[in-house]
Amino acid sequence: MSKKILIADDEQNIVISIDFLLRREGFSVLVANDGEEALAKVRGERPDLVLLDVMMPKMNGFDVCQAVRADPDLSATRILMLTAKGRDTEVSKGLGLGADGYMTKPFSTKELLAEVRKLLEM
Amino acid sequence: MHRRVLAGDRLVATFLIGCVLFNYPLLSLFDRRAPVYEIPPVYGYIFIAWAAVIALIAWAIERRIE
Amino acid sequence: MLELPVLIAVSLTYLGLLFAVAWWGDKRADQGKSLIANASTYALSMAVYCTTWTFYGSVGRAAVSGIGFLPIYLGPTLVMALGWFLMLKMIRIVKANRITSIADFISSRYGKSHGLGGLVTIIAVVGIIPYIALQLKAISGSVSLLLSYPEIVMPGRSATMSVAADVSFYVALILAAFTIVFGTRHLEATERHEGMVAAIALESVVKLVSFTAVGVFVTYGVYDGFGDIFQRVIADPALRRLVEAVPSGQGYTNWFSLLFLSAMAILFLPRQFQIAVVENVNEQHLRRAAWLFPLYLLLINLFVLPIALGGLLHFAGQGVDADTFVLTLPMALRHEGLVLLVFIGGLSAGTGMVIVETIALATMVCNDLVMPLLLRRQTVVMGQGRDLSRLLLTIRRGAIIVILLLGYLYFRLAGEAYALVAIGLISFSAVAQFAPALIGGMYWRGGTRGGALAGLSAGFLVWMFTLLLPSFAKSGWLPDAFLSQGLFGIELLRPQQLFGLTGVDEISHCLFWSFFANIGAYVGVSLLRPPMAAEATQAAVFVDALKETGSRSAVLWRGRAKVSDLQDLVGRFLGQPRAQAAFGAFARRHGAESIGKLEADARLVQFAESLLAGAIGSASARVMVASVAKEEPLSIDEVMNILDEASQLRTYSRELERKSRQLQAATLELQEANERLKELDRVKDDIMSSVTHELRTPLTSIRAFSELLRDDPKMHLADRERFLGLIVSETERLTRLINQTLDLAKIESGRADWNGCELDLKEVIEQSVAATSQLFREKKADVVLDLPDDPPLILADRDRLVQVMLNLLSNAVKFLPPGSGQVRVVLRSIDGGLEVGVIDNGPGIRPEDQQLIFEKFRQVGDTMTAKPSGTGLGLPISRRIIEHFGGRLWVESVPGEGATFRFTLPFAAAQQPAEAGTA
Repeated sequence: MSKKILIADDEQNIVISIDFLLRREGFSVLVANDGEEALAKVRGERPDLVLLDVMMPKMNGFDVCQAVRADPDLSATRILMLTAKGRDTEVSKGLGLGADGYMTKPFSTKELLAEVRKLLEM
Repeated sequence: MHRRVLAGDRLVATFLIGCVLFNYPLLSLFDRRAPVYEIPPVYGYIFIAWAAVIALIAWAIERRIE
Repeated sequence: MLELPVLIAVSLTYLGLLFAVAWWGDKRADQGKSLIANASTYALSMAVYCTTWTFYGSVGRAAVSGIGFLPIYLGPTLVMALGWFLMLKMIRIVKANRITSIADFISSRYGKSHGLGGLVTIIAVVGIIPYIALQLKAISGSVSLLLSYPEIVMPGRSATMSVAADVSFYVALILAAFTIVFGTRHLEATERHEGMVAAIALESVVKLVSFTAVGVFVTYGVYDGFGDIFQRVIADPALRRLVEAVPSGQGYTNWFSLLFLSAMAILFLPRQFQIAVVENVNEQHLRRAAWLFPLYLLLINLFVLPIALGGLLHFAGQGVDADTFVLTLPMALRHEGLVLLVFIGGLSAGTGMVIVETIALATMVCNDLVMPLLLRRQTVVMGQGRDLSRLLLTIRRGAIIVILLLGYLYFRLAGEAYALVAIGLISFSAVAQFAPALIGGMYWRGGTRGGALAGLSAGFLVWMFTLLLPSFAKSGWLPDAFLSQGLFGIELLRPQQLFGLTGVDEISHCLFWSFFANIGAYVGVSLLRPPMAAEATQAAVFVDALKETGSRSAVLWRGRAKVSDLQDLVGRFLGQPRAQAAFGAFARRHGAESIGKLEADARLVQFAESLLAGAIGSASARVMVASVAKEEPLSIDEVMNILDEASQLRTYSRELERKSRQLQAATLELQEANERLKELDRVKDDIMSSVTHELRTPLTSIRAFSELLRDDPKMHLADRERFLGLIVSETERLTRLINQTLDLAKIESGRADWNGCELDLKEVIEQSVAATSQLFREKKADVVLDLPDDPPLILADRDRLVQVMLNLLSNAVKFLPPGSGQVRVVLRSIDGGLEVGVIDNGPGIRPEDQQLIFEKFRQVGDTMTAKPSGTGLGLPISRRIIEHFGGRLWVESVPGEGATFRFTLPFAAAQQPAEAGTA
C-alpha cells in the first residue's frame, strides 16, 4: 500500500508541482488549501506525512502542527514544515512544536523526495 | 527668577520716575500759577505725584507676577 | 485742667501704657508668638522717622518756606522704591553676621575693625546729639506752653535759667529713665527688642491720629476747608509766596539737598537702621513697608501746610513761633481735649525717637567704643568666671544717660538759635557721612579700612567745620569772627563759604564739601593698596550677601580651640543657660548628641563668634574669641584662595548641574531615537521577511516545475505545456513584485517622478477599462460605466492614475463570482473635486480586513476563491498615489454584498493654490 501524503499549502502552483512530483513517485496525495482544511484531513484521512506550509489562511502551519501533536491518535503522523521565511527562529520554533523536518522554499525536488523518504523510513 | 527681575526693574523705574517728578525742572512748571479748584497747583501736583509713586511701588512689589 | 500735675500724670500714664505694650511684646516674643511679626507693624515702626521735627517742626518750616518741608519725606519715599534691593541686602548681611548697629555694620565690613567702629560711633553720637536736643526742645517747649495756658507765652531762653528750673532737664532725665527701662530691661544683652518695636508702632499710630485731628480741626473747624485757607493766603501779599513757588530762598539746590539728605537719613540714622534692619523679623515685611511707610509719610504731611497757613493767618503779628502752631492753635481756640491729644502726639513723636535712637547709640557706644577699650585691659574682662552680661547692661545704661545729658547740653548751648528743622538737618548731614563707606562697602570689593577711616574722618571734620561749629557760633558760644572772617582769619576758610563757595544754603554747602572730602578720601585711600585678608573676607561676605550661596559657605578661620572654652566665653556674655542651649542646638544640627562630641573646628568657632557678636559687636566678638582660640592667621593669598575655591566650587557645581541636565536631555533623546530605530528596524525586518516570502513563493513553483521538466524528458506534452505556462506566469509575478516593491520604495522615499498635468478623468477610466477588458471577458463579467460628459479637469499624472484604475479593476475582477460578475465604474462631481467608485458584486470584505488590505503584503483572500495572484502591494501603492494628488482612497463593503473602492481627486483649479501654498 502506498504511503499517503497530505500537501497543505495555499499556493496553487506549488501544490500542483509537488502533487505531480509525489504522484509520479507513487505516493497517494491529498491536498489542503488552508490550515483548517489541513487539520481536518489529517484527522479524517490519517496521512502518513504532512507537508505543511507555515503561512496559510485561517490557521497557520505552526498551529496545525501543534494541534496534530496534541492528539495522541495522530502520533504516527510525520510532519515536514515548508516555509518561505527561512529564519532560524522559525526553524527552531517549528521543530520545537514537534515537526519532524523542516525545509526552506525554494527547495530542489530531489531534496524534497529524499526528506520525504527519510521521514517515511523508506 | 524672571519674576524677581521684572519686579526689580519696575521698582528701579519707579525710583527714577520719582526722581524726575520731585525735582527741577518739572516742579518749576507749577510755580506761580493760578489755583486749580482753589488749590495751589504746586501743592496739588506734589501730593498727586507722591501718591502715584506710592501706588507704583505697591503695584510693583506686591503684585505676584504669574 | 492743664496744670503741671495733670500733664505729669497724663505723660506718665501714657508712658506706662507704652511700657505695658512693650512688656507684653517681650513676653509674647519669649513665648515665640511675636507681636510684631506682621508687615504693618514693621511699616508703622519705621515711622519712628517722624519725630517732633515732623510733628511740630514741619509746620514751622512750612510757615517760612511753603512746601519746602516736603523733600524730607519725598526722599524716603524714593529710597523705599529701592528698599527691596538696598534694605534687603542690609537685612541679609545683618542677620547672617548678627550685626547690632550701623557702627558694627561698617566695622564688620572693613575687617571687624575696632577703630572704624569707634569712629562711626563718635560720628553718630556727635551727629545725633543735636537731633536729641531737638526732641528735648520740642517736648519741654510744649510743656512750658501748656503751663501758661490759657495765655500763649513763648518759652523763655533756657540758657538764662538754672538747670534745676529748666523743664527740659527733667524731660531729659525722665526720658533717660524710660529708655533704660525699655531698652536694657533684659539681663541678656541681645540686639533685638521686640517689645520696644511694638510700642514704637503704637506711638506711630498716636502721632498720626493726633496730628490729623489738629489738621482736620484747623482746616474744617477753624476755616472752611483747604480752598478757604488757600484763598485767604493768596489774598495776603505777604503770605502769597508760600503757596505759589516751590522752595523759598535758596531754590532748587536746597530742595535737592534735602531730598538727598533725607534719602540718606532713612537708611543711616541709627534708629532707622535699628528698626528697619536690626529689628526686622521677616524680610518679606519689606514688601508692605515699601509702600505703607511712604503712605504714612504722605498722610501725616497732608495737613502741614493748612495748619501752617492757618496759624499764620490766625496769629498774624502776635509773635507766635510757627514751630508751636500745632499746639497753640487749639490752645488759642480753647479746645482743651485737642490740646491734650496734641501734647500726647508730640510726646509720642519725641519719646519714640529718643528711645530708639538712644538705645541704638548706647549699643554702639557699648559695643564699639567701651568694650574695645575694656578688652585692651584684659584683666577687667577676663577675671575668671565673671558674668559679664550685667556689665554690658551697666555700660549701656550709663551710655543712655550720658547721651541724653549731652543732648540737653547741646540744647542749652545752641538749641535756641535754630528752628527745629534746622537742628534736625545738622544731624541728617552727619549721618549722611556713612553713605560712601556703607553703600560702597556693600557693592565695591575694593574699599579698604583705611579708605573708610579716611573718608569718614574727612567728611566728619568738614561737617563739624561747616555746620556744627557755626551752630555754636550763631548761639554765641564761639566768636562771631569765626563765621565772618574764617578760621584764623583766613577768608577762604570761612565755615559757610568754604573756599569762597557762595550762593548755596548752608546745608547744600556742607553736603557738597563733606561728600567731596568723604568720597574723595574713601576712594582715594582705598585705591592706594589692595585689601588685606580680613577686609577681603568681609568684602566677599557683604558684596555677595544676596547670592544664593553666599561666601559664608567658605570657612575663613584656621586654628585651635577648645569647645568648653568657647561655650564658657559665650556664657559669660549671654548667660550660661542660653549658651548651653545654643551650643546644644548647634551640636544637634551637626548630628552630634552633645556639644562635647564635636570638634572645635572653624564652623564652631564662627558660630561662637556670631553668638557673641549679637551681644558685643563683631569686632569685640572677634577679639574675645581670639582670646580663647589659638588662631593661625590666614594670609591674603590663602583667603583669596579659599574665596576663589568657594566661588569656583559654585561655578563648577552650577556647570555640573547644567551638564547633567543636558546629559539627561540627551539621554532621553537618544532613548527616543533608539526606540524609533528599533521600531523602524522591526518594520524593516517585517518588510524584508514579507518580501523574501513573496519572492520565495513563486521561485519555489518555478524551481519545482523546472526540475520536473528536466528530470522527466518523457513527460506528456500537455503537462509540459501546462508547466511551462505556469513557469512563465510565476516569472511575470516575480517581475511585477520586484517592480512594485521598487515603485513603492520610490514613492515612499519621495523619489518618484510625477508628471502632473490637467487631465480628463473620464478618458483615464475608459482607457483602463479597455486595458482590462480581456480579464472581464475571461471571467464572463460585465463592466458598466456611469460617466458624465465633460467632467471638470483634474491635476494628476495620467500613467499613475491608470495604474490605480488598473489595480482597482483587476482586484475587482479577481473576486467576482464566475459568470454573474459585474463591475460598475461611477464618476461624479463632489464638493471641490471628483469621486470615482469601482463597485463589484463579489463576496465583499470583512470590516476587520477593510484597513488591512491597504497595508503592504496583506492579502485578504478566501480559499474558496482562487488564491489572489497579486503582490499585496497594489492597494498601498494606489492609496499613496491618490494621496499624493490631494485625494483619498478607501473601501466600503458589506460582506456578501460586494465591495466599493472609492477615491476622490480635487479639481485642477482648487489644486493650484494648495500647491503654491506648499511650495
